[in-house]
Formats: sequence, structure tokens, C-alpha cells
Amino acid sequence: MWLTRPFQERSTQLFLGILSIAMIVVVVLHLATPEGSALHVSSYTVTLLGKYLCYALLAVAVDLVWGYLGILSLGHGAFFALGGYAMGMYLMRQIGDRGTYGDPILPDFMVFLNWQELPWYWLGFDMAWFAFIMVLLAPGLLALVFGFLAFRSRVTGVYLSIITQALTFALMLAFFRNEMGFGGNNGLTDFRDLLGFNLRTDATRLGLFIATGVALAIGYVICRAIVASKLGRVSIACRDAEARARFLGYRVDRVQLFVFVVSAMLAGVAGALYVPQVGIINPSEFSPLFSIEIVVWVALGGRATLYGAVIGAILVNYAKTVFTGVMPDAWLFALGGLFVLVTVFLPKGIAGLLASRRKGKDDDSGTDDPDTATTREATA
Amino acid sequence: MSIIQELSNRDRVFEFLTPVASPVDVRHGPILYLEDVNVSFDGFRAINNLNLTIDDGELRCIIGPNGAGKTTMMDIITGKTAPDTGSVWFGSRHNLLTMNEPEIASLGIGRKFQKPTVFEALTVFENLELAMATDKRVIPTLRAVMKAEYRDRIDEVLETIGLENLRDQLAGILSHGQKQWLEIGMLLMQKPRLLLVDEPVAGMTEQEMERTAELLTSLAGKQSVVVVEHDMGFVRSIARKVTVLHQGSVLAEGSMDQVSNDPEVIKVYLGEEA
Repeated sequence: MWLTRPFQERSTQLFLGILSIAMIVVVVLHLATPEGSALHVSSYTVTLLGKYLCYALLAVAVDLVWGYLGILSLGHGAFFALGGYAMGMYLMRQIGDRGTYGDPILPDFMVFLNWQELPWYWLGFDMAWFAFIMVLLAPGLLALVFGFLAFRSRVTGVYLSIITQALTFALMLAFFRNEMGFGGNNGLTDFRDLLGFNLRTDATRLGLFIATGVALAIGYVICRAIVASKLGRVSIACRDAEARARFLGYRVDRVQLFVFVVSAMLAGVAGALYVPQVGIINPSEFSPLFSIEIVVWVALGGRATLYGAVIGAILVNYAKTVFTGVMPDAWLFALGGLFVLVTVFLPKGIAGLLASRRKGKDDDSGTDDPDTATTREATA
Repeated sequence: MSIIQELSNRDRVFEFLTPVASPVDVRHGPILYLEDVNVSFDGFRAINNLNLTIDDGELRCIIGPNGAGKTTMMDIITGKTAPDTGSVWFGSRHNLLTMNEPEIASLGIGRKFQKPTVFEALTVFENLELAMATDKRVIPTLRAVMKAEYRDRIDEVLETIGLENLRDQLAGILSHGQKQWLEIGMLLMQKPRLLLVDEPVAGMTEQEMERTAELLTSLAGKQSVVVVEHDMGFVRSIARKVTVLHQGSVLAEGSMDQVSNDPEVIKVYLGEEA
């Protein structure tokens, strides 16, 4: 079975092991230590870590298409946000008559705008199963239509990057409009409960943190399974020599479309888990800047490794939390500086550094890295 | 009136009557058949009333000066370029002009490019694995498992091209000649009926050239091979039959001796070098 193949790989076992141990440590420290103790992990920190894990899943999704397929998507924030909105719509419907205006059906912002009835596309979002399917379907469909048109016309490289950027920008502008029915620039917020659990209790927050960790593990295994299959090798073939792959009889556009849609769905799941933890979803998640930031995480962590993307996302976002707390104005300079430093000194990212360390330990002869292809690519 | 004549013409084979997915039929003659093919790019006639037939199992060399239309001809056969007029048949059943590149590839026409293009980030073994004639659709590829018979087939080709010892090396570290052989190996994995080989020995050392000549001659018979080459010494060492292209059409055809004594050929091609 192609899906179980990653469990036999050492790297995946190691990743899953480290992730579970880290999760267990956080949960134990949160539950078993008294508040005020030096070891205590506060509820705030748990939610913050949950947020990082959402970003990590998003970064894995981007690494799948960028690292292994060579498609530099500068619009993955759009899929993340769509998944988030699908979850947000469900959470809005769960508020019921507890909103400020007390309308049993209409969310507050619709009452405020004097809308009389629910738009058709809000129907069904009061049911959890429907909303959860839409979390996968909305980003998946967008990726399917967009990818079908782009890949069939053989749009690749920098042109594709620009189009993805335009896509997320257009969606941001659309979602800013009140007439769209997604709450305009305020977005969706004031959530109460998810599947009957009160979102403001520590137990629910912990549960969401664990769910995010599990989602990251599943997402990682799915990506790893694709990468380790023959399809993964075909993806690399499409990345490095598209015309050659076509002459071998592979439908390059179909391969790209399949992987792109899987990646978009994973991004959607990340968005859906993100929204209940931060308590709000608004059009700023569609902003091109956010999508570019995701790419920076992956580049910092190391492309085409998957675990590098996880490391990159967590490290950069931790740095962001620290920096924006200490000196908020300096953050963008720090991010830019970090990006330049890594590109110059660590072309393969942090994962590349780890790999070369391990290689150095394995053979002391210190021969040159034969991996010329990846080096060339990183400098390109 | 003319429509009625056209429809009642009993020689005519309607397009929908030719089966698409069926084995190549060479019982009635050549494996590749080009007739009255014309292509022009922005008014420049790259191919000019080209007629060419390749027999089953034949090793054919095609020579000609720069701009004679050799690469364009390859492009037409593989479906990369559509001709303005003319017909191109593979066996007596398959009209290549109605097919796209992957369809033609899966029909059994393999092409080796001028510049060696192998997948440098994959190993030699993996390069051959991807080239194997299997179901190339997305989901079957995702679920594909490496069977023993596939492994045997890959090992067999590895031996043919002489890269057994390098099977687990990344293709990126191979020498130029080794990459060319790997690419020929990738073509063989597809079990092609017809191999199109574009300038296989460009940039090779003397020994590599000899090795390539051996490889190509050993392939002929099992499959048809069409070699486009500039190097006259190499052509002389492998060719049984040579076709000279000039300005998009066939100038001369025959054995190497016949061709190189043809006054027309000497004038346009050999004369420049001699």
C-alpha cells in the first residue's frame, strides 16, 4: 500500500517520534504542573503552539508543490484562508441566538447590514459534517479549476507564481466587500463553540492543539507517501525536465494538477484548524504578503525535505512572536535579513545543514557533496 | 458535385474508420511513412515535399547540412510540430498527425534529444524506472509497486547500456557519454518500435563513439532506429542506408558509398567539408 510506505522510512519515524514526544511534553506540562510553576505551559502558550503547528502544516503543503514539483505558489494563503472561512462559517452558525442582535439564523454582521435571509452559500454550514467537507472541497475546487487552466496551458515558472499571487490578491479584494456576505473587512469572529465544546475553555484549546498535531502528522505522512511513490519521482522529473517527462508518456499537467489539489486541501485543513484557535478569520489571510511569508518559512527550513518546512515554519513564527513583542518595528527587517543570510550561507536551508552534519559524521573522508543537481537548483 | 465525388471515392479512408488503440501494423510495408510533408515557419519552408519511408528493423542514418530540416522532421514524427500539409503514418494503421505527444510516445516511438536530458536528481535506476512502459496515468503511478519482473527488465537494460555499476548513482554525476547511453536506455525501457536518435555522438570521445556505434547496431533488427548525425566517420561506421536531406527534402538515398559519390551531395554537403 502506498499510504503505509512512509512508516517504514527512518526519517518519517523520527519525525513522528519527535512530534509526538513534543506534543506529550506540552500536554503533560500543561496539565500536571501547577499554574505559576516555572515548568507550567500556560493555556496561552498551548494555543500559540497550536497556531505554529497550523503554519507547519501549511508549510508542508507549500513544500510539496514547490520542493518536489517546482511550482512556486505565491498564493497558498488563499487555500489556507478558504479552509478557514469554511470553518468560520460553521462557527458563526453555531453562535445561534447568542449573538449581539440575538437573531437565531443570521450572523450579527448580516443583521447589521439589514439582510433579511441567509445567502444560499451559507446554507448547510450549520451542520459540522457539511462544513468539514467544505474545508477540503472549497480550496480543492479552486485549485482544480485554477490548476486545470494554468497547467493545461503549460504556464510554469515565474509566470505561474505571478498568477497565484494575483489569485490571492483578487480573492482578498473580493472578501473585503460587504456584499460578498463573508463579513467584509471584519471577517468572522465572536465564535462560541465547536462540536458543542466551548472554545473559551482550556480543555477545548488543548484538544484543538492535539487535533492540530494529529493533522500535521497525517498531512506529513500523506505528503511523504506521495513523495516516496513512483509519482513522487515523476514529480521530480517534471520539476527538472518537463519536456522529457512528457516524451516518456507522462501527462505532466495531470501530475501537477493532482499534487497541487492535494496541497491546496492540506492548506485548507491548516486554515480550518487555525481559525478556532485564533478566534477570527478576516481577508488579511488572503494578503499576498502572507503567502510570500510562507515561502520564506520553507526556504529557511530547506526545500524538498518536508521536515525542513516544519522546522522553518515553527522557528520563523517563534522568532516573529518574540520580535514583535520586543520591538515590533524591527520584525520585517529581521525577516528580510534572515532570508538573505540563509540564501547566501545555507542555500539548502536548515535541513541542508542538518543533513551535511550527519553526512560529515558518517564518513570522515569529507568528500564533496555529489548532490550537484540540488545545488544547481538552489542557486538558480 | 465535387462533394459527391469525394464521398464516393472508394480509396478514401475516413478518419473515424482508422482504429486508434491497436498494435502497429507493419505487414504491408514500412514502419514509418512520410508523404509530401510541408512545414513553414514565418514563410521559411523548413520541410519541402518530404517523402521518407523507414522499414521495420532498419538502421537508417540521416545526414544533411545545418538547416536541412532534420530536427523539424523529428518534431513532426513525435507530434511536437504539426505540418501544414502531408501525411505521416506509423505502420499502416496509425495516422500520427491526429495524435499528441504522449499518445505517440506510448505507441512506441521513442526520441533521444540532441542534448542529453536525464533526470539529474534521480538515480540511474530511477531514471530507467520512470521510462518503463507501464500505465503512466496519475493514480496508477501513485500506487505503483516495484515488481521483480520490472527489476529484471531494468537490470537487462542496464547491462545493454553498460551502466550496471552506476545504478544507484545520481544521474547528475554521470559523464556526457554515460548520460547519452542512459538516455538510450530510457528509450529502450519503453520497448519502442522506432527509435529516433538525434546527434548521439556530439561531444563524445573516440572510445565513447565506438561504444555508441556498437550499442546502436546491436539495437537494429529488434527495433527500427533512425539516427541523425553530423559526424561522417560515425555514420560510415554504422550505416547501412543513408538519407541526405537538403533544404527540407530528400536529396539522395542509398549506401554510404553511393551517397558520398553522388555529385549533388558532394556539391551541397560533402564538398563544403572536403
